[in-house]
Amino acid sequence: MTDNTHSIPAGAPPMPPASDAAERAAIDQSCRRPVLFFFGSALFWLLAGTFFAIVTSIKLHDPEFMNRAPLPDAVRFQTGEFLRANPISMQDVGFLTFGRFRAAHLNSVAYGWATSAAIGVGVWLMARLCRVPLRRPSLVTAAGVLWNIGIAIGIAAILAGQSTSVEWLEFPPYAALILGTAYAIIAIWAVDMFASRKPGHVYVTLWYVLAAFFWFPWLYASANILILLKPVQGSVQAIVNWWFGHNVLGLWFTPIGIGAAYYMIPKVIGRPIHSYYLSAIGFWSLALFYSWNGGHHLIGGPLPAWVITASIVASVMMVIPVVVTAINHHMTTRGHFHMLRYSPTLRFVVFGAMCYTLVSLQGSSMAIRSLNEITHFTHYTIGHAHFGLYAFFTMIMFGCMYYIVPRLCGCEWRSAYLIRLHFWTAAYGIAAMVAALTIGGLVQGLMLADPAKDFLGEILAITKPYLVGRSLSGVLLSIGHVVFAYHFALMVLQLGRREGGPVYFNPVEGEARP
Amino acid sequence: MNRMRNLFIGFFATFISSWLGLVVAPHLQFGGLKEHLDEDENQYLPPARTGLAERGARVYAANGCVYCHTQQVRPAHQGSDLARGWGARRTVARDYIHDRPHFLGTMRTGPDLANIGHRQNNEGWHHKHLYAPQSVSKGSIMPPFRYLYKTQRIVGAPSADALQLEGPDAPQPGFEIVPTEDAKALVAYLISLNRNYPLPEAPVD
Ligand code: HEC
Ligand code: HEM
Ligand code: HEM
Repeated sequence: MTDNTHSIPAGAPPMPPASDAAERAAIDQSCRRPVLFFFGSALFWLLAGTFFAIVTSIKLHDPEFMNRAPLPDAVRFQTGEFLRANPISMQDVGFLTFGRFRAAHLNSVAYGWATSAAIGVGVWLMARLCRVPLRRPSLVTAAGVLWNIGIAIGIAAILAGQSTSVEWLEFPPYAALILGTAYAIIAIWAVDMFASRKPGHVYVTLWYVLAAFFWFPWLYASANILILLKPVQGSVQAIVNWWFGHNVLGLWFTPIGIGAAYYMIPKVIGRPIHSYYLSAIGFWSLALFYSWNGGHHLIGGPLPAWVITASIVASVMMVIPVVVTAINHHMTTRGHFHMLRYSPTLRFVVFGAMCYTLVSLQGSSMAIRSLNEITHFTHYTIGHAHFGLYAFFTMIMFGCMYYIVPRLCGCEWRSAYLIRLHFWTAAYGIAAMVAALTIGGLVQGLMLADPAKDFLGEILAITKPYLVGRSLSGVLLSIGHVVFAYHFALMVLQLGRREGGPVYFNPVEGEARP
Repeated sequence: MNRMRNLFIGFFATFISSWLGLVVAPHLQFGGLKEHLDEDENQYLPPARTGLAERGARVYAANGCVYCHTQQVRPAHQGSDLARGWGARRTVARDYIHDRPHFLGTMRTGPDLANIGHRQNNEGWHHKHLYAPQSVSKGSIMPPFRYLYKTQRIVGAPSADALQLEGPDAPQPGFEIVPTEDAKALVAYLISLNRNYPLPEAPVD
């Protein structure tokens, strides 16, 4: 693909009738407020989460980094010295400690960024695929406001030392209740929206989005009740914890991510999805197997063997939906890979979809006892976590936003350069991060498995450079986030381009509009 | 309408299968375990925690120790946990019946703490380590928890629980560093962590 003149129209769809376009424009307009609100707040939490992330990451190789804040100095008061010297001094404070920042990172990126972006994309997809203007848009916006209040309270509570310390459920119950309510509103809204759709074929994306909206509130409520409000016994809490933790990934982020890819890839390329039949198999096998995966986080843990074994089997069976989806996406894109040179949306989404396949195959292998024994408690898992949530999910969300935002704001992205900068910082940044953590994690795991290796002197020392590597790659990612947030702000402020077509990475010939 | 019903039945059925399998069934099978009465020692196992140690568990949660420390010992054929001396046996479900919430953890940036009270039961060591990890473990990347301690003027005799610190960590002359209630509770909790007792389903040999 060397010639820049290769134009998109090869196999482009016939232009849809004007009435269709008008209908879509009306639907997009109805989504404008709620979806932009979710996107805007998602980006706010992405920036906050990135700040927490970088600090957390540096603290792991430099434990003295940023532990102090300026406060009135009790010692100087006791000595009377404050009359002569500055009564304010740098003092150690709890809210800057690693353990609280790390929880703040996870919760701002998982619930603040990823979930808000997913709701925004999901709401828009629902409207497009039900082919009716958004019902009750102000209800959706109100749920969004409530959702953000819940997250702000939750993060503040974590920093103040009220974290529950249950992974993925760190928010204390009062914050969780607000989040649960906000989400339940969205879920009820989604059912209502679906019920009022225009009759006709239910496209596969709609299954994924609807199912995700339906599953998440149930998960969230069960886990909060059984672990925090009316706790079951310790080991049962652990399995409920990971049944929840994995299902947030598998039955919430993943279906929204894949559902969005199922929409965007055919849309941008302009041809139907390769096989309806494959998409049905992919969906139902995912629903069945993913929901059983939770136990693979507790391999070797204090639980009866059958729980763990059932989850390992389900994790390996996940190869079916993953491969089926990969084939379906690949066959749809086949012959159109040159379009990755032009369309920002397609480039981000296809990158994400490919990473979905890779990270899932990696996940299935990590669930096998012999590999898990090595990688379980190491940075390898953290590498996999970012591979999944960033390289797959976050990239798809970025791609969708590049598609949706111009349609809501009525103007085009200002600069291909900024989009390109965003893409390459994200792609190189995440590749470097996953590489550093995967290799570092393997080294750490292999050394941990050998009891002769000294924990402090050998293992910690050898993994440190990889942790520095993660911090550096995090800087690249942060640059991309700031660039994207800036570009988004221009759009919302109506400072986008008004003339000319959509922005492409490279000049395109012809009329087609990816 | 039919189509909608079928879809939702499908969503519901796949999901409820895992809910029954991974939530309800474990709860029924091992959610009601009782303490075991050890006739020889005339002691209930696992022993209940004191009030101070229970408060320490809250401090453990508030400060995110769980992100770097697990509290689970895997069986002999899984990893080197036993060989490293992190426990005398694998841990089992009954070991955790007093834990609310559970602190099993998923990451070993630091060593496993399931039995830290057995390995290290010296309060002074723990305080010094929490205050300045590098002072006892050179090269450690464990964060310092200095904010759990307070610096105060020595009035009369130095306090009995003042930390014995040297070098750059030592306070100014005339001052001492003592643990707050939270730090004392945390250390009581750490010392209470000892799951090396024998259980019928997990003997120690
Ligand atoms: C950033 C990760 C990190 C966090 C957070 C952390 N630790 Fe550690 N911890 C370590 C490392 C690394 C070691 C091993 C080196 C050492 O002894 O300092 C360690 C060692 C320990 C040890 C000694 C273990 C042994 O086998 O000798 C204890 C006890 C301990 N930590 C308690 C805690 C407590 C309590 C907290 C929370 C208040 C905590 N740690 C938070 C990383 C961490
Ligand atoms: C600037 C980029 C980022 C950096 C430097 C970074 C860094 C980190 C660090 C240091 C941890 C703690 C690891 C540990 O405890 O050992 C972490 C955990 C985590 N991060 Fe990030 N992160 C970044 C972006 C993101 C984003 C955007 C997401 C999600 C969309 C994300 C999701 C997670 C998750 C899910 C965990 C928990 C992993 C686990 O428990 O296995 N991160 N990250
Ligand atoms: C077939 C698919 C997948 C399988 C079988 C799988 C398997 C696993 C396993 C076995 C672990 C636990 C590692 C350990 O603690 O030893 C894990 C952790 C994780 N996975 Fe996956 N994975 C899959 C796909 C994904 C996807 C698509 C995502 C992102 C959306 C993802 C995100 C994560 C995260 C964030 C963690 C860390 C959880 C934590 O410790 O906090 N995984 N996965």
